[in-house]
Amino acid sequence: MAITLTAAVDAAIRAHGRETFPHECCGAMLGKDGVVREAYALPNTTEEGPRRRFLVRPDDYRVAEQRAREARLELLGFYHSHPDHPATPSQYDLDHAWPSFSYVIVSVMAGEDQLLTSWQLQADRSAFDEETVTNGD
Amino acid sequence: MATKILIPTPLRPFTDKLDAVDIDGATIGELLHNLTTKYAGLKQHLYAADGKLRSFVNIYVNDDDIRYLQKDQTPLKPGDTVSIIPSVAGGAPTEVIKEQEALPELSGDEVKRYSRHLIMPEVGLEGQRKLKAASVLCIGAGGLGSPAAMYLAAAGIGKIGIVDFDVVDFSNLQRQIIHGTPDVGRAKLASAKDRLNALNPNVQVETYDEALSSENAMRLFAPYDVILDGTDNFPTRYLVNDACVLSGKPNAYGSIFRFEGQASVFATKDGPCYRCLYPEPPPPGLVPSCAEGGVFGVLPGIIGVIQATETIKLILGAGEPLIGRFLIYDALRMRFRELKLRKDADCPVCGTHPTVTKLIDYEQFCGVAPHQVAAAAPPVTSMDALSSIELKAELDRGDEVVIVDVREPQEFQINRLPGSILIPLGDLPKRYVELDPNANIVTQCKSGMRSAKAQDFLRSKGFTKVRNLTGGVLGWVDQVDPSQPKY
Repeated sequence: MAITLTAAVDAAIRAHGRETFPHECCGAMLGKDGVVREAYALPNTTEEGPRRRFLVRPDDYRVAEQRAREARLELLGFYHSHPDHPATPSQYDLDHAWPSFSYVIVSVMAGEDQLLTSWQLQADRSAFDEETVTNGD
Repeated sequence: MATKILIPTPLRPFTDKLDAVDIDGATIGELLHNLTTKYAGLKQHLYAADGKLRSFVNIYVNDDDIRYLQKDQTPLKPGDTVSIIPSVAGGAPTEVIKEQEALPELSGDEVKRYSRHLIMPEVGLEGQRKLKAASVLCIGAGGLGSPAAMYLAAAGIGKIGIVDFDVVDFSNLQRQIIHGTPDVGRAKLASAKDRLNALNPNVQVETYDEALSSENAMRLFAPYDVILDGTDNFPTRYLVNDACVLSGKPNAYGSIFRFEGQASVFATKDGPCYRCLYPEPPPPGLVPSCAEGGVFGVLPGIIGVIQATETIKLILGAGEPLIGRFLIYDALRMRFRELKLRKDADCPVCGTHPTVTKLIDYEQFCGVAPHQVAAAAPPVTSMDALSSIELKAELDRGDEVVIVDVREPQEFQINRLPGSILIPLGDLPKRYVELDPNANIVTQCKSGMRSAKAQDFLRSKGFTKVRNLTGGVLGWVDQVDPSQPKY
């Protein structure tokens, strides 16, 4: 499994993570054929404390799918940041994951973006598989 | 009757890639049952093990969430469209202590060393391994940090970090028991590290020779599980609190003054933080420091060990932590009191709508000039201040100078300037009338801070010639009269 982020998408996800630090950022990833063309920032609407959680509400999810349709792209997954934590999925991420989506996580340590990783839920929901992330134009 | 169900992108692999399917059913419950019978792969993603819809799965009939209709029993009419809409959620790990990771094994020597822990079920082998896996950062190796770090090391905490930039002074030894008489003049970090290594060589001791600041706090805190606040000033106390909240790490808090100490555990996930209790710092100068007001030497022993106790309990997950409780200890009366604390929803840093989302300038926040405490006496020639050398020259010339010592009587007994009048700072508002407003006055204290306040006060009362003695009596002893003792 692999996912490709354009340079602009990679930069946008990292910038979003820095901007919301120490809170988590989140957004949708739109693209085609495994290449993310657009990072679509969404509001983090969690009520459990945005330092450790993010939530994209159904209305915002619908907007993301709508936008993908209009741009003739697919919704490939979502990204979020882990402020002051490594870019590995938490148990909470696993419990709330949807199949077939790519979950990109960027670690933001002390306000600086660090490692960016991508993950897909295994078919039996027991764990994530890490995907190779490549950068495209 | 068939109803159209819109399938979201991530579930389409389970519906033969269709983005909409037609399924029969009179109610939502029936409809979803029939859907997951036809497309069995959907089931585990829509339903949890207990057979209920997963919390992040939202079912809409047209534009309404079934949670606000009749849930499973929501009836369907011809022409309705049902949508399965994901909530997308996630987040970073919240565990204080890494229970998920494999705990380190204990060596034979360690089993022997910790045997009194191991035979108690509240600690036991697993608890001792948790302590070994844990890391604690002590802010300061002074009165509170000394006993706390020593007991943490003795208890077998795997990694202890210490942040300090000070040097051991004779006046520290009355309470900072991690340092000994031969350590005077050494860096506190070096002295503390030697002591902890001697106490327990299994402990990894990391030292950080820097003043904690808004620039380095998040970096320093990142590798630690619990932060132990042993600071002696308000800017650093607020900095430690905010950095703990922002990095999600508990703050084992303690503070001491004269005969009274305080302790609590702040910044846990659901508990209050220091700012819930004190949103704003006291006006600068209202609360004297230990250097100014003194401290009972055994007091930090009690409070520092309470902080260590709470730290160890947090790591073990044992007992009732001092979260939401504020402990006040009075050594003279030998009494403990406890105040209840609540997390403040309006707290500027840990409330529901925080206004402090990154570290700020804490010197400014607390209204003190940067490095005021450590300010060395600069050469001064202004109308505001003078040095001991200059004062000596004026006295030798026979100038008429009224030296007002604003320290406490006990301090005055230790050392003093010749001919000085003692009016403690707290008495000045009722005793300034004893002074001639046109006299040539020099205010003086131990190091120059209290006397600067006295200078401001006298000027506000119309005194025209008031200068502050830079460096206080300590400067006088250093530069003019080394025969007197320093404290």
